[in-house]
Amino acid sequence: MAEPILRVEGMKTQFKLRAGTLKAVDGISFTLEPGKVLCIVGESGSGKSVTAQSILRLVEPPGRVVEGRVLYRDKDLLTLSEREMERIRGDRICMVFQDPMTSLNPVFTIGEQIAEGLRAHQGLNRAAARARAIELLKLVGIPNPEARCDDYPHQFSGGMRQRALIAAAIACEPDILIADEPTTALDVTIQAQILKLLADLQRRLNSAMILITHDLGVVANLADQVLVMYAGRMAEYGDVQTVFRDPKHPYTVGLMNSIIRLEEPRDAELRSIPGAPLVPINPPPGCGFRFRCPKAIERCSQEAPEPRVDRQGHAFACHVAELNGAQA
Amino acid sequence: MSEPLLSVRGLTKHFRLEGSGLFEKGPTLKAVDDIDFDVAQGETLGLVGESGCGKSTTARLVLRLIEPTAGSVVFDGTDVLKCSKDELQKLRREMQMVFQDPMSSLNPRMSVGVSIAEPLRFHGLGNQIERFARARDFLEIVGLSTDYFDRLPHEFSGGQNQRVAIARALILRPKLVILDEPVSALDVSIRAQILKLLEELQRDFRLTYVFISHDLSVVKRFCERTAVLYLGKIVEIAESEKLYREPLHPYTQALIDAIPVPDPSNRNIVQRAGLEGDVPSPINPPSGCRFHTRCPKRMERCSTEAPPLQSVAPGHQVACFLYR
Repeated sequence: MAEPILRVEGMKTQFKLRAGTLKAVDGISFTLEPGKVLCIVGESGSGKSVTAQSILRLVEPPGRVVEGRVLYRDKDLLTLSEREMERIRGDRICMVFQDPMTSLNPVFTIGEQIAEGLRAHQGLNRAAARARAIELLKLVGIPNPEARCDDYPHQFSGGMRQRALIAAAIACEPDILIADEPTTALDVTIQAQILKLLADLQRRLNSAMILITHDLGVVANLADQVLVMYAGRMAEYGDVQTVFRDPKHPYTVGLMNSIIRLEEPRDAELRSIPGAPLVPINPPPGCGFRFRCPKAIERCSQEAPEPRVDRQGHAFACHVAELNGAQA
Repeated sequence: MSEPLLSVRGLTKHFRLEGSGLFEKGPTLKAVDDIDFDVAQGETLGLVGESGCGKSTTARLVLRLIEPTAGSVVFDGTDVLKCSKDELQKLRREMQMVFQDPMSSLNPRMSVGVSIAEPLRFHGLGNQIERFARARDFLEIVGLSTDYFDRLPHEFSGGQNQRVAIARALILRPKLVILDEPVSALDVSIRAQILKLLEELQRDFRLTYVFISHDLSVVKRFCERTAVLYLGKIVEIAESEKLYREPLHPYTQALIDAIPVPDPSNRNIVQRAGLEGDVPSPINPPSGCRFHTRCPKRMERCSTEAPPLQSVAPGHQVACFLYR
């Protein structure tokens, strides 16, 4: 196993709200190896986006990372000064957001916005940065990049904007690319193009990638590792084949069952998880999923299950799955 | 087939956009361009397609929330586009709509009970006691406790608010309900709850549905028949099962292939070549077949001649020169 490029340990991020403390991320740990793709899956309120923002220290008040370590090349990102962090952000660790329109500045050309990072982080002059921006636009599949480089964001379609953002994110050949629902706002056929592009680039640059999504089809297509989150906590974590073949946490099982598969007959039963996702504001003690869990036992309401790791490195946080494992 | 409940013929909606100069005519956006379909009593028809295909505009035209450029919409024997204001008002009790985002379709300052009762008040039905009693009945019908009557939308989850929106749509006992992306904003684990509820309600109230979505797997599962739209045109229409098993139009095939398969040993998206190019703008759409700019099977005539929607088998129509 290669030395991890990123190691997140016991990270907790909280928001002090009038209604109480939102424990958006409540003790998340994982490692990311160079050149690998980790998908973080979850529903609304699971804390998957806040996890990404916390790594890059982009959480805004009243939110704050209150505990844990984010180790990148032996440095704890949470202890760096803002200046040191700025050198890493946008250069070594880059982010692609869900909505390309709001993350591009409408008054600068696409080329200028890609060149900006190159000038700041790699010290390229204006002409060199522009030339490189054109190369990058070509790399992400923008036709006629010499001309389109001078377009403004509104002149690009949604899919092209997402390509441009990806070009900006990979401009400095980062070690880690973080993509937060990068295709959710796109049409189905365009989503397929962007996913393919991300997979190609990630392989070509040998960057590690954290991909945040709610779509298990996207996970199956790109992930090496999967982290399933529920109400701010890790439910399950392991390699993609294992998690899909042998999900241990009742929430993962429920999510898999909820997928509406194209090949299933029309009269096959539609399955869902009862209730609604828990928003962890002043969360009650015990397991956050117990209110919706078909297998909950008394212990689940008393203590929150700690993650257990089996010999294959497959981790899950569930009292019931643990008992079943002991019997087997 | 008996007389259809809804019959749409030659429905067209062109929007004239503003020109750049004061007296200059702007370009025309062809949102919906000459489409025909029927929906039988008790049936569910799916309309599927990507942004700009005209699926939501079609819904608004059928309810006459916007005026069409041409065509006819016959609902239960009445021409919706020709009837007077009074007749339209009466007709609208029979045709209701549920939108994608329940948070923005419900009044945030009105309790959900009052929201559900609101259509009764609007149409002057019953007194307040009767209306609120009926709203309580409908809260239960959609699986919510009557204790929730006085709650506000922000106290509810997305799924619960969608149940409220469904109750509000059904309280007038409509015959037709247009569902515009009713589960797209919801979490994966609760989509099926809402789809199941809609199926139960269809059985109990003998409803006819038009179900609009961009998600082919949901449409295929929920709808007996599916129409695939591309840039304002129906390119294929068939029984959903058949459309999935034997898609004929290259666009339908591409839509099916673009769905990421949830199986890590079949990485269908990253390993296979998909459809290239962007969806063209519905302003000045491509000549001939509108799909020809992206079609892997295009022939010479496709760029100059538009293929008509033609029957290839009973109940299966496709607009493509490959099948003539």
